[in-house]
Amino acid sequence: MFKTLERIWAIVKKDIRIYYLKGPVMIFGLLIPLFLYLAYALGRSVQPAEVFSSIISMSLFFTATAVGPVIAPWETRSHTLERLISAPVSMAIIIAGDALASAAFGSAITLVATFFGLLMGLQIFNPLLMILNLLISSLCFSFFGLLLSSPPTDIPADVMMISTLLKFPMAFISGIFLPLNQMPELLKHVALLSPLTYTTEVFRYSVYGEATFLPVQVELLILTGYMLFFIAASIKLHERSLHRRI
Amino acid sequence: MYKRFGDLVAVDGVSFKVDSGEVFGFLGPNGAGKTTTLRMLTGILPPDRGRAIVLGLDVWENPIRVKERIGIVPEASNVYIDLTVWQNMMLMAELYGVPRDVRVSRARALLDSMGLLERRGEKAKRLSKGLRQRLLICMALIHEPELLFLDEPTGGLDVQSAREIRDMLRRMNREEKVTVFLTTHNMWEAEELCHRVAVINRGKIAAVSGVEELKETISRLHTIEVRFEEAVDPSGFSEALGCDVAVLGGGRYRVQVEDVDETIRRIVDYAQEKNVRILSLNVVQPSLEDVFLEILKR
Repeated sequence: MFKTLERIWAIVKKDIRIYYLKGPVMIFGLLIPLFLYLAYALGRSVQPAEVFSSIISMSLFFTATAVGPVIAPWETRSHTLERLISAPVSMAIIIAGDALASAAFGSAITLVATFFGLLMGLQIFNPLLMILNLLISSLCFSFFGLLLSSPPTDIPADVMMISTLLKFPMAFISGIFLPLNQMPELLKHVALLSPLTYTTEVFRYSVYGEATFLPVQVELLILTGYMLFFIAASIKLHERSLHRRI
Repeated sequence: MYKRFGDLVAVDGVSFKVDSGEVFGFLGPNGAGKTTTLRMLTGILPPDRGRAIVLGLDVWENPIRVKERIGIVPEASNVYIDLTVWQNMMLMAELYGVPRDVRVSRARALLDSMGLLERRGEKAKRLSKGLRQRLLICMALIHEPELLFLDEPTGGLDVQSAREIRDMLRRMNREEKVTVFLTTHNMWEAEELCHRVAVINRGKIAAVSGVEELKETISRLHTIEVRFEEAVDPSGFSEALGCDVAVLGGGRYRVQVEDVDETIRRIVDYAQEKNVRILSLNVVQPSLEDVFLEILKR
């Protein structure tokens, strides 16, 4: 068990050093919440606190899924994936390491945005629930991102295209711009299929104390279910495609 | 073991045994199936049929346990170029579960032996191809494997780097009793390093033997090189010897014959008849390359 954790931690450190601790990636991560706030606030009399839950939902979603999907194609191309699987590590360990690094990046950016929110007078209704939602959602989105990179390509742009095609529609239907209880009935049903919807709902509750569409415990449970599904699916599909990458 | 990629049969019933403590060469031309075989032996690529037993374990039933005991130096350099030399070493030490208390000392010793210790803080992308290859070998040895697989380890390296890597492999095999499995198409290297070799061609094993036995059993031909004081007429010389003559330039000629004594006699007779001095005459033992080419011809 200890050896497994050490191996996962080794991959996390490797990913953070190679992919996340880069100037452009850090700047991209930090600019996302800023630009989202400007998109909401420019030309309108909107206070940061009013749109905070939407901003952190989107920031977490886009940062936790930003880099993770390109790691597999990139490492396929540079043959470093072969290096990893030559070592005594399973695909589950590699995926877990990649996902944890991605979740850590998404969480760090979200916490920075939260810090600025607090400086601007934001008061959080239930900080513990917010942290719990942050942890579950960041893992859920990280594994979702890795699931997108399971096709055995060595071209990062291929994965980015799939990723963009899925992520933007998800952002629009997930109650970020329009709360769930204000949505048309049909769209509401579609929104309930997206894990981002539950992240947004639970953030909205934990920050403002606003009522959620479903009981908050149920929403967290559904989010956890999505997380477990993405973990299992990403490991399974990467295992299946691995030998076509080599 | 068998392996296909679509319509291409990459490995077609390959079967052989490597003894503990030996340096085993796996020879073959490009595309013969060397790398595919190595990948199947090391748990990177599953065979379609058949199985590989490495260090007494079935590779595909116990991939992690096998990988913990073997080291792999692949053909394509796959160090993390954005990590430093030291970070690459520590990454491998952590992945292979090298105990914390020996990690640093072992990495330092390996890097020192390969002349990389002073450059441990540099990113791998700043290293030359030869130094990256040395780093790959250090990374493969960090967990003190019992069996080391190397895929064309000196391919594309300068003479000095290639020689240092060969010396290191010899030393490791002799002093640390590490079994070495080496794929190469460099016949000279195989002859220098290997106790036994297997020749693979078009996915099938064409021969498995000790280097000397292979030379004796397969090639009955002997090569004679003769150097005259001045150039002679090749067709006349060929006619006098009764076999084909290769012109090497500078008055040098090479023939391949079965009967060495008779051929030497004819060369001397020819020189006397044409009144030309023989400067040197050597009977050359067949090289592994000659044997290899003859196996491929068959």
